[in-house]
Amino acid sequence: MTAARPTPALDGPASAALLRAGRFFTRWEESDDGRAVYRSGGRAGDVFYRDRWSHDKVVRSTHGVNCTGSCSWKVYVKDGIITWETQQTDYPSVGPDRPEYEPRGCPRGAAFSWYTYSPTRVRYPYVRGVLLEMYREARTRLGDPVAAWHEITTDPDKRRRYQSARGKGGLVRASWGEAVEIAAAAHVHTIKEYGPDRVAGFSPIPAMSMVSHCVGTRFIQLIGGVMTSFYDWYADLPVASPQVFGDQTDVPESGDWWDATYLMMWGSNVPVTRTPDAHWMAEVRYRGTKVVTVSPDYADNTKFADEWMPAQAGTDAALAMAMGHVLLKEFFVDREVDFFTDYVRTYSDLPFLVRLDPPDKAYAAASGDAGSAALVAGKFLTAADLADSGAVVPDEDAWKTVLLDRATGEPVVPNGSMGFRYADSGKGRWNLDLEGVRPALTMAGDGAEGATVENVEVLLPAFVEPDGTGSVLRRGVPARRVGGHLVTTVYDLMLAQYGVSRQGLPGSWPNGYDDVTAPYTPAWQAEITGVPAEQCIRVAREFATNSEQSQGRSMIIMGAGICQWFHGDATYRAILSLLVLTGCMGRNGGGWAHYVGQEKCRPITGWISLANALDWGRPPRTMTGTSYWYMHTDQWRNDGYSADSLNSPLARGHLAGKHTADTIAQSARMGWMPFYPQFGANPLQVAEDAQAAVDAGTAASPAAYVAGALHDGSLTSAIEDVDAPENWPRTLVLWRSNLMGSSAKGNEYFLRNLLGTHHNVMGSENPNAPRPSEVKWHDEAPEGKLDLLLSADFRMTSTTLLSDIVLPAATWYEKHDLSSTDMHPFVHAFTPAIDPPWEAKSDFELFHLLAEKLSELARTHLGVRKDLVSVPLMHDTPGETAQPGGRAVDWRATGQPGTPGRTMPVFQVVERDYTAISEKLATVGPLADSLGFTVKNVTYRVEEEVARLAATNGVMLGGAGDGRPAIDTDEKMAEAILTFSGTTNGRLAVQGFRTLEERVGKKLADLAEGSEEKHVTFADTQSAPVAVITSPEWSGSETGGRRYAPFTVNIERLKPFHTLTGRMHFYLDHDWMQDLGEALPIYRPPLDMHRLFGEPKLGPDGSKQVTVRYLTPHSKWSIHSEYQDNLLMLSLSRGGPTVWMSPQDAGSIDVLDNDWVECLNTNGVLVGRAIVSPRMPEGVVYVHHAQERTIDVPKSEATGRRGGIHNSVTRLLVKPTHLIGGYAQLSYTFNYLGPTGNQRDMVSTVRKRAQEVTY
Amino acid sequence: MRVMAQMGMVMNLDKCIGCHTCSVTCKQAWTNRAGTEYVWFNNVETRPGQGYPRRYEDQETWKGGWTLTRRGSLKLKAGGRVQKLLGIFASPVQPQLADYYEPWTYDYQTLIEAPLGDDFPVARPKSLITGENTKITWSANWDDNLGGASEMGHLDPIVAKLNASVRRESEEKVRFELEKTFMFYLPRICEHCLNPSCMASCPSGAIYKREEDGIVLVDQDRCRGWRQCITGCPYKKIYFNHKSGKAEKCTFCYPRVEVGLPTVCSETCVGRLRYLGLFLYDADRVTAAAATPQEGDLYEAQLDLLLDPEDPEVVAAARRDGIPDDWMDAARRSPVYALAKTYRVALPLHPEYRTMPMVWYVPPLSPIVDVLSSQGHDAEDRTVLFGAIDALRIPVDYLAELFTAGRSDIITGVLQKLAAMRAYMRDVSLGRDGDPAIPEAVGMSEESLYEMYRLMAIAKYADRY
Repeated sequence: MTAARPTPALDGPASAALLRAGRFFTRWEESDDGRAVYRSGGRAGDVFYRDRWSHDKVVRSTHGVNCTGSCSWKVYVKDGIITWETQQTDYPSVGPDRPEYEPRGCPRGAAFSWYTYSPTRVRYPYVRGVLLEMYREARTRLGDPVAAWHEITTDPDKRRRYQSARGKGGLVRASWGEAVEIAAAAHVHTIKEYGPDRVAGFSPIPAMSMVSHCVGTRFIQLIGGVMTSFYDWYADLPVASPQVFGDQTDVPESGDWWDATYLMMWGSNVPVTRTPDAHWMAEVRYRGTKVVTVSPDYADNTKFADEWMPAQAGTDAALAMAMGHVLLKEFFVDREVDFFTDYVRTYSDLPFLVRLDPPDKAYAAASGDAGSAALVAGKFLTAADLADSGAVVPDEDAWKTVLLDRATGEPVVPNGSMGFRYADSGKGRWNLDLEGVRPALTMAGDGAEGATVENVEVLLPAFVEPDGTGSVLRRGVPARRVGGHLVTTVYDLMLAQYGVSRQGLPGSWPNGYDDVTAPYTPAWQAEITGVPAEQCIRVAREFATNSEQSQGRSMIIMGAGICQWFHGDATYRAILSLLVLTGCMGRNGGGWAHYVGQEKCRPITGWISLANALDWGRPPRTMTGTSYWYMHTDQWRNDGYSADSLNSPLARGHLAGKHTADTIAQSARMGWMPFYPQFGANPLQVAEDAQAAVDAGTAASPAAYVAGALHDGSLTSAIEDVDAPENWPRTLVLWRSNLMGSSAKGNEYFLRNLLGTHHNVMGSENPNAPRPSEVKWHDEAPEGKLDLLLSADFRMTSTTLLSDIVLPAATWYEKHDLSSTDMHPFVHAFTPAIDPPWEAKSDFELFHLLAEKLSELARTHLGVRKDLVSVPLMHDTPGETAQPGGRAVDWRATGQPGTPGRTMPVFQVVERDYTAISEKLATVGPLADSLGFTVKNVTYRVEEEVARLAATNGVMLGGAGDGRPAIDTDEKMAEAILTFSGTTNGRLAVQGFRTLEERVGKKLADLAEGSEEKHVTFADTQSAPVAVITSPEWSGSETGGRRYAPFTVNIERLKPFHTLTGRMHFYLDHDWMQDLGEALPIYRPPLDMHRLFGEPKLGPDGSKQVTVRYLTPHSKWSIHSEYQDNLLMLSLSRGGPTVWMSPQDAGSIDVLDNDWVECLNTNGVLVGRAIVSPRMPEGVVYVHHAQERTIDVPKSEATGRRGGIHNSVTRLLVKPTHLIGGYAQLSYTFNYLGPTGNQRDMVSTVRKRAQEVTY
Repeated sequence: MRVMAQMGMVMNLDKCIGCHTCSVTCKQAWTNRAGTEYVWFNNVETRPGQGYPRRYEDQETWKGGWTLTRRGSLKLKAGGRVQKLLGIFASPVQPQLADYYEPWTYDYQTLIEAPLGDDFPVARPKSLITGENTKITWSANWDDNLGGASEMGHLDPIVAKLNASVRRESEEKVRFELEKTFMFYLPRICEHCLNPSCMASCPSGAIYKREEDGIVLVDQDRCRGWRQCITGCPYKKIYFNHKSGKAEKCTFCYPRVEVGLPTVCSETCVGRLRYLGLFLYDADRVTAAAATPQEGDLYEAQLDLLLDPEDPEVVAAARRDGIPDDWMDAARRSPVYALAKTYRVALPLHPEYRTMPMVWYVPPLSPIVDVLSSQGHDAEDRTVLFGAIDALRIPVDYLAELFTAGRSDIITGVLQKLAAMRAYMRDVSLGRDGDPAIPEAVGMSEESLYEMYRLMAIAKYADRY
């Protein structure tokens, strides 16, 4: 193209000549026209950067808590100094036709090494000066640490002095010896004076540093303390998962996104919250996968979407219900897709029979329906219901659900329900094999000719009003009489619920998709969500069509944006229904992909057994965090509503008049959920009293003694007077966690009531709010319950600022540990790049020091004691078949004592040798061999493993652990975790499968056979990430190199889900579920905080403030609170707390970008700078999660005090249905089921404040 | 023909998640030291947005790059080189600290050392320049994710240009409203140009292009801190180290590249969107190509410079010019050559600056604008998907201003290839036969479309670098 013109030159001829002359004296090679300078060889100028790059070694490690990444990193070290980090790229390949996991990591992880030498590093142990002074004085005077601690904490003045100083500076250096002595004394004192269940520990997310988590938890459990949960507490637990699947959560690894051919991201902002995995989502588009996002804002992931469904915050279930409406109508009723109907017949509860009952009398009377024939859905029909009257019915029959054989019209009790799981009669029959029976999905026209079908009207609850009040829909179902009971199927109820009409059914039905008034049509949802009806219909069709074409490869990535609402479980069930109906669950490339913080600890058996010290004593004390903090921080005293306000109009009164605190007390009393402290008395004393009663012959067993004492009132439940000083939690140890700067919903109540220091609580208790009837009300709320707050960290956080003792922790680059995740199938190691600098020590060392000191002090103060431990009816144990029919029967209401393990908790006596805690901490105890380790009701026999570990690790000599395998270093504990887990020890995986085969009666062991010899060692994980072995510890399979997807074993091998029917549940018939109107998938609007708490109504109010939804999504610049104080992250963002606002909301209060604003409500205040952006919808602000009060937070105008953290504006709201227990999948396990610490329903008033701020 | 080798990079913006890992790993490795606090050899910009430093693309203000004289010769936009030589003592046109940001830290120490007081200690921001308390008003990435875009979006030089060119009612301006929102990320490093205007601006001859691989470096010994290079670089990718008084810039991680490691920013890119490889080009024709009269032809001219390593004539010339055989191999396996030249899906950034930049970009697809559309732009239906290019949220004109000096037809062509790849592969993923009409419609064969798919989607480590 240049041929037609003369050779172009630079500048003009004159200057060219001049330059040539100028360069006469210099020597360099240049292009002919003098444009370019080239040089090669001997490049002295290059030396600077070459030096900069040089380093001495590269060490494999990762980042240890609160992030699902589990990314393996290279840590570079030069001259003994950590310089920087880059990602490892040596993950095992996932196959030739797929992208790989390399590299994994994000900017936050890449900024980690900044902490090592940063000015916020905790270098030495610190104790609050006022406390230390008093302690030293008392210690010298009294000569005994425990006596000194007793004096300080029981003298009201001294107590006040150090408690009110919390969070306000004045930390002074102490030695490790002194700091540990104070901590040990506090623990010994608490155990002795109040009981071990007044000792608490909190450390979340074990998967990300199993050893660190394990050692501290083990310490707490050995002394009988309480570990509070995190998964439910964080509201990351989708309660819908236990409800629907009977499983905590199990999800595909991100590599399985690659298998999806239709991918929705619903409330999950993958590039921000799953940064190292997001590439799979970007890449799978190139395979022709359509990507759809649902989010209220133009989120980061929307950039990748083909379509964006901008559903308004909190209304997602309305959209999902309408999509379900389209799907049921077009793919089930108008045209039956065999792929879908075959699937739901085998794997879901849709064909199971449900009894139809008359509605509650009170409702019928009030509604004028008394004379009507309308019915309501009741309980599942069970084999017990079919028995002839007078016949002896085995207990398990009440747990066997029933369906109709389509060919014969006869009722059939298929294999696989809960009645087959534990009973001897169920051996070999706990499976999903229908044995040739084709279940009838509907009572109408499906099944034997000649059966009498009755078309009956049913009443269904609905919650369509924005204020959340309920109403009743009248729709119809076909029904038949079976064994004298009028029944219909779950499928028929589903069509009625979704408003999909069929000919001849009574009731009122939508007129079509465009019927705006009838729930749950596309047009109806458009009014609520703002998503156009056409788009809803189109996406629903595409979703189902894709599944039909691809055999279930439609996937929905679900996230915190929809999970963390008060009614998040309802939303999730509405979305999961789309996946179950289209046969997507248990498929590679299909089903749910819930990614909200669960972080799978793949070597689970080793970790959980050692963490809970099950090798030395059982059971452990584990506690649902949400109810623990709700009660102990006295947020219950500030609750504005009773459980009634959540009820369905059709409720039968189980929750009538109950305050939320009452429901928690009742749940604990009935053995549903745990509560600690257990009793108004020290459990060490209770154990003694029980033994005395047994010895005296007045009680058959310690448990019977407790049941009797609770009945006659000589023993009380602690929760019934939770504010009495003897029932306060007294010590709290925090490691790998930042409770006060991150997860503490209702943060300001923590400060006021738990810690007794300054706070920003804005409201006062509402004298008109309902008060509990079962929990004693003290006119004055206690302030300062906790005697000791101890934290270990490597950086200063809101928690360390508040702590009485701060211990300098080693960073993730300074110790040995293990990491795994649900996002990838590998286990890999932490390796110290340097020794902990200054006086830092690893958590492992810390707890060993603490245990040693405690054991020493125990010789004088505790000795060997018996402890009476109360635990609820547990999921995956026979305890989950304690309360048939899901009937909420309160023993107290019967006038009789409860039955331990049936109508009330299990009470068990555990011996605790407090002088041997450190010896037990360092060795694997004898119960490992004698009882084995049980996970999900599969027992792993580990005698061989114990022997091998003794050989590998050596044994300890002398003391309680004499001759037992040593786990006295972090490396040895890592080895033990790997050795005791099926995922990392093929022999155990195979043995576990063989054990399971006996119950299931189907072939399973082949999934791990061939891996018997595979034993992943800690050294293996240090050299490269290692892929895990398929094991019954989880529900999916990696066998043959496939990507992990959950429930593939259930689907492919007919192994039941751990639910009542053994199938995935659409219908939940527990009394409390029905009373809340949530027996079926449903839409519930966000809580109306105006109605419930008297907060202002949403929108501008004409003054310079605007009330908005206050959402706390995760930040691009931090992992929870970590990194939000990191200078690199701050330099790449706005450098401090921010509030993302829409231009409309900002404009209504004259706020410009970067103006200071305050967000406030009755709970507290947050001060931050506004980011005004058009990507935000009106009426919503984003205050990104875990923005702490440590960085650039000025004083608030509203209170004159330091502004709060993001959770200063939130509070705890407990949903009663999350407290259900003792009933199949609705049974407690730690982090499996429990009330969520949800926070998304909050509203806040945003004000522009003076722009000159003070600190 | 004079064959020279050039290390190049392609970034597939369609995969970029805007995470800034590249920025952080680069900064940690290279510039976390005094004097370079504000220096980001690699940065990531949200577009639309002002970029870093602010509005660097506004060459009317900053005078970066080259321009043509009336006679068709290349001339530095900041003025002829004699003019520059004579004016080296005068302050050149260059961004001030405020155009970057005033780097800061915090009073972290107070969190540990605060004496007992009446409130929580807090770490206030402190300027790293003055050491005084400061208020944070700008950062290295202030307008991330459209932060402040409702007030400042119009300051994006491309938005300004597009909106200024709207004359009729029927044409749409770029608006910053929720319903119209679009964004994408633009990671940037030094372009290691074939025709570097920084180098031409340097009075000391301290900036040089490595003969063997074309990496542009500042000789730290020779640099005299004249800062003419900062003016000269239209991408503002040369920074002034205020401690050493020298210019510093992205080195393409030569200490790593020399031992066979990818650059830090590439290897740590979790979006897996960066490709490194070798280009061969004809050094004799660079000046002529850079002087192409019409800006819209510059992309083609630049592409023209790239030599086909399979071409026997090129092979012979390369041998003559001293390019070793293993380098020739590298050139033949080069993913950047494949994406830029073979598939023609990677485009240079601002070819109109006439520096012949060697970091190339695959433009991003984006969601459809019109959610009301009932007929749907479904990936399953390739015809609809093709039609949908115009309905995507990111205006094609915006991308054209970035990558093709305004040639929206070229952008559309690239996006259609991406769409065709998706449409074709959908059949394959569902176990159906691929439809040969799809690649044909975008001028590709089934084989080449599939190869492109593997390079862009599967993108194994060894294929990226």
